[in-house]
Amino acid sequence: MSASNKWSFKVSSFIVGEDFWRGIVAIIVFLIFWEIGSRSEALFGFAFPWVGQVPAPSAVLKEIYRLIQEPSFWHSGYLSTRRVLEGFFAAMLVGIPLGLAMAVSRTFYGITFPVFEVLRPIPPLAWVPAAIIFWPTQELSIAFVTFLGAFFTIVINVIGGAQSIDVRYFQAARSMGSSTFDIFRRIILPGVLPSIVVGATVGIGITWAVVVAAEMISGGGSAGSMGGAAGGGLGFFIWNSYVGGSYTQIVAGMISIGAAGYMSSAILRKIGQLLTPWLAEG
Amino acid sequence: MTTQPAYTRSSAAVAGIAAPVCKGGVRIMDVVKRYGTQDAGVLAVDHCTFDVPAGEITVVVGPSGCGKTTLLNAIAGFHSLTSGSIYLDNEMLCGPGRLKAEPGPDRIVVFQNGALFPWKTNIENVAFGPIMQGYMTRRDAFEKARDMMADAGLRGIENNYPGEISSGVRRRVEIVRALMTDPKILLLDEPYRALDSLTKSVMHEALLETFYKNRVTIFFITHDLEEAIFLGHRVVIMTTRPCKPKKILDIDIPHPRDYNVLTTKRFREFMDETAAAVHEEATKAFAAGEKER
Amino acid sequence: MSQTELSHSRGITAARGDTDGRVSTLALTFHRAALWLQSPRPYLMFIGFSLFLGFWYLAVEVWKLPRFAEMPGLTTVVSEWLSKNPTYGLSIFMEEYYLHIWVSTRRIAIAFFLATAIGVPLGLFLGWSKRFKQYVFPVFELLRPVPPLAWVPLAIVMFAGSETPVIFLTFLASFYATALNTMLGVESIDVSYIRAASCLGAKRWQVFRHIIVPGALPFIFTGLQISVGVAWFSLVAGEMVSGQYGLGYVINTSYTMVRYPTIIIGMVTLGIVGYVTSAAIRMLGDYMMQWRTRELALGEER
Repeated sequence: MSASNKWSFKVSSFIVGEDFWRGIVAIIVFLIFWEIGSRSEALFGFAFPWVGQVPAPSAVLKEIYRLIQEPSFWHSGYLSTRRVLEGFFAAMLVGIPLGLAMAVSRTFYGITFPVFEVLRPIPPLAWVPAAIIFWPTQELSIAFVTFLGAFFTIVINVIGGAQSIDVRYFQAARSMGSSTFDIFRRIILPGVLPSIVVGATVGIGITWAVVVAAEMISGGGSAGSMGGAAGGGLGFFIWNSYVGGSYTQIVAGMISIGAAGYMSSAILRKIGQLLTPWLAEG
Repeated sequence: MTTQPAYTRSSAAVAGIAAPVCKGGVRIMDVVKRYGTQDAGVLAVDHCTFDVPAGEITVVVGPSGCGKTTLLNAIAGFHSLTSGSIYLDNEMLCGPGRLKAEPGPDRIVVFQNGALFPWKTNIENVAFGPIMQGYMTRRDAFEKARDMMADAGLRGIENNYPGEISSGVRRRVEIVRALMTDPKILLLDEPYRALDSLTKSVMHEALLETFYKNRVTIFFITHDLEEAIFLGHRVVIMTTRPCKPKKILDIDIPHPRDYNVLTTKRFREFMDETAAAVHEEATKAFAAGEKER
Repeated sequence: MSQTELSHSRGITAARGDTDGRVSTLALTFHRAALWLQSPRPYLMFIGFSLFLGFWYLAVEVWKLPRFAEMPGLTTVVSEWLSKNPTYGLSIFMEEYYLHIWVSTRRIAIAFFLATAIGVPLGLFLGWSKRFKQYVFPVFELLRPVPPLAWVPLAIVMFAGSETPVIFLTFLASFYATALNTMLGVESIDVSYIRAASCLGAKRWQVFRHIIVPGALPFIFTGLQISVGVAWFSLVAGEMVSGQYGLGYVINTSYTMVRYPTIIIGMVTLGIVGYVTSAAIRMLGDYMMQWRTRELALGEER
């Protein structure tokens, strides 16, 4: 069966399959409950405990439609995305070599890993004040915190991946006369790639969470603690909507962040698949 | 020896041993198994017909990926048939109208990579069957388990976990577990594949010993011809995928057997007869680039 | 039974004078600890920490690097942390310090407990029943990409009071991690185990209880460790944005009130408490999964 036939066979069987329709049904039911819940005050005379306060899906949909047409909204999205990518790439740039070094040299690992493990439980956001004191600009401090978020995940995954490379690959390469550099390039790097992809996909989710949090804190937060200079971004947008009392905008903002986060993960996963063709089903 | 896939007289009679009343005879009739749809699928078993006589060891030999595990899975009740039927003791297991059997304690499988539950101790594993089925109390089941393990020479490891013992011993415990529920037929799916040949020969003798004590029907899958001829009353040689019996032999080397059998003339004669057939199929499989499932 | 088969573990047993053929787990743990002390690892660890702390000390207090001008120095922080009369009010001798730790830990405990109580069963069913997964998973996945903190304003709107939104946030993040890992755990169970159990006559609910739940346990505990980490992440964020008391709140206010050493104290405390909670879960897991601990320990020997 040719490759394109296989693919269309898969897609068509997926759409026709029960998987798809049951999922759709569930989502529709969920939306209906949400709609009823948020209108409960009007419909039943009393508001349901939590859902009653939430804006209805229909209102949110209208709001999204309106927002899509506003350039300032897209600008916020751009700002957030840029911050995510900056922090994320910095984390990859520093994290991957560090992880590889730790996996390759037992001594280096013995020295650095304990310190690493001690710093890791500290949530990235707890670093925000220290980062602000240290870095000259607000933007840089947010970037640093974002970097931290993804950094730990990536390093852990790289170490795990490198350690799980079958030692026989090394032995085979050596017996064929490979230099250390060759081994690094042809065995370690490809062997670690799947773990890097996993670490990256998880890491970018964390990065989004940190960026949104940082934006919210710098825009709002108790007593506007971080100063309002650097602002904007979707996190700030949500906080602002709350302060301004526009609840539908809050939910609209949440959905956009969710969508953006999901897309970045999906893109990363796709890139990962392209980079590691040998993992695809044979 | 016969090449016709037809029911032949029990080789126990040939060997002169009085055959006790046995159960577990399986009849496979015109079985076809296709994975996937008509034009987009893979044909694993192609109109396969042969018998597994009760109270005997039947070994199925074939190259990797030829479909023999599919047959075992169909008997065990893990997969359904596309067409054809399988009978157990003259009662239909699966066939037209009911294409999939239910897994049950009358047909127990011993798996390739071992399926002793790692989170239970050995004795908990062995006593699992009767306790689950509810026909024995925990205390009784444990007692019987202890006895059967001692019988099989496995005394002393009852309270260890499977992860603490060697894989050969694990396999033996698994077989004791299977025998606890007094099954009609034991289905062994390349159980010794992952063991080294020294351990293997010990395992073979242990299996035969167990068989002589219990007389349970055994359906054994392997790719190792020597193992097949050594263990089996009859050997069924399969073609590459889709599989069907290529050659069926009754091994008339008398039971009880031990490893000395390997060097007898009769053994070599059997090897001569079958090696060519097996080799032919193996070459075909190799050329077709068979991947192990 | 062949002696060689058991001699290896018997060797360890003999060394410890146990008489029943089974090595106690405690003995194995001590054995591993002894091996660790004999390796170069403790000394490398010492070097690592000295380098890190040494650099911090030198950069701030000796070389006085410009970038580090406003950073509190190592000695300042340590002396503040351990002083009976701290300048900024927080040290290990102050009651307030423990109050904040308690408040944060309590929030984590509630959220984590709820997340586990709901997440583990949900994950087990998602992995076990294809149908259930088909209905529930899409909705689950729909809400997942929204980061915990993005829920803050909505949570404040939905829930009354100031404690509940924070706990809700923490719960949400923790819940997703737990449920997902549990589901993955169930799906990773080798199908041979399930088939073997069916062969042996186990009914569906028996398979669930005796195979699925213990089989998924390793994954569940990994998930729980991740979950606790994520919980702390969300909690701190929540506390920094809206809350009173708690370690996140401490860090935040220390910054606004220019009490820099206290920031570091807060961070260090967070690290310690976070590590302890994670380690506690890991140890609970090791205890509950004796079979794994022993297998791994014996594996290291070989």
